[in-house]
Amino acid sequence: MSTFASAFASGLLIGLSAALFLLLDGRIAGISGLVAGLARPCEPAWRTGFAFLAGLVLGPPAFAFVAGGWPAMRIEASLPVLALAGLLVGFGTRLGSGCTSGHGVCGLARFSPRSAVAVVTFLASGMLTVALGRVLA
Amino acid sequence: MMPMLRLAAAALAGLLFGVGLAMSGMLDPARVRGFLDVAGAWDPTLAVVLAGAVAASGLGTALARRLRRPVLADAFDWPTRTRIDRDLVLGAVLFGIGWGLSGFCPGPAVAALSGGALPVVVFVAAMLVGMAAHAALRRPRPSR
Repeated sequence: MSTFASAFASGLLIGLSAALFLLLDGRIAGISGLVAGLARPCEPAWRTGFAFLAGLVLGPPAFAFVAGGWPAMRIEASLPVLALAGLLVGFGTRLGSGCTSGHGVCGLARFSPRSAVAVVTFLASGMLTVALGRVLA
Repeated sequence: MMPMLRLAAAALAGLLFGVGLAMSGMLDPARVRGFLDVAGAWDPTLAVVLAGAVAASGLGTALARRLRRPVLADAFDWPTRTRIDRDLVLGAVLFGIGWGLSGFCPGPAVAALSGGALPVVVFVAAMLVGMAAHAALRRPRPSR
């Protein structure tokens, strides 16, 4: 399979997952929202959210089992930078009500103007950050 | 009663998401940063991943709009907010900075936890702290 065909196929799989979660459970497959929901164990949606995230964590090992190896993971950032980035991602996705999955995969599919603004903004901000890092390096 | 079927469906959906991420290259922060590196050696492959994901998710959404209720639950939990406000934009800006610095967004980071690598654990732990900080700082809006 060509790179683009394989990329599109893996995207279809991610979209199918979001479609299933919506059609069967009625919920948006937004990972930052589901993770934040773990802090509210009293809500009825807690258990299905937890089940989704448990499945998500098992995804890469399942892929590795079938493909015969763990997918490539090259982490360039140092631990302090990762910690800072994690803080920004956690705080930012709550303030902005979503991340790549909730606003990207699900929001764009609903033609949500709010999500479209969020996606354009975090893409631009991410690209600017990488470009600035390139200049400073 | 929460049927086991509902939990199994949620777990299956999560598993597909994780397999798709692993297959797509999104678990590789260097690859993700290559996608964001428009001023350098830009790698557009991940845009194709997003296109495929939105296409399939769009079909599911169109189908869901025709249903009165989801197959296994009582009601659809559609997002209700429509206002494009400062919080949305500022949140997306902060998220983008963290994404660009690390190459991780929440989905791939959580999925990659199963690899047990220390940098991933550090990122996810910090992400949880960031989420908790937001929950702690959020104040009810003054009523006028």
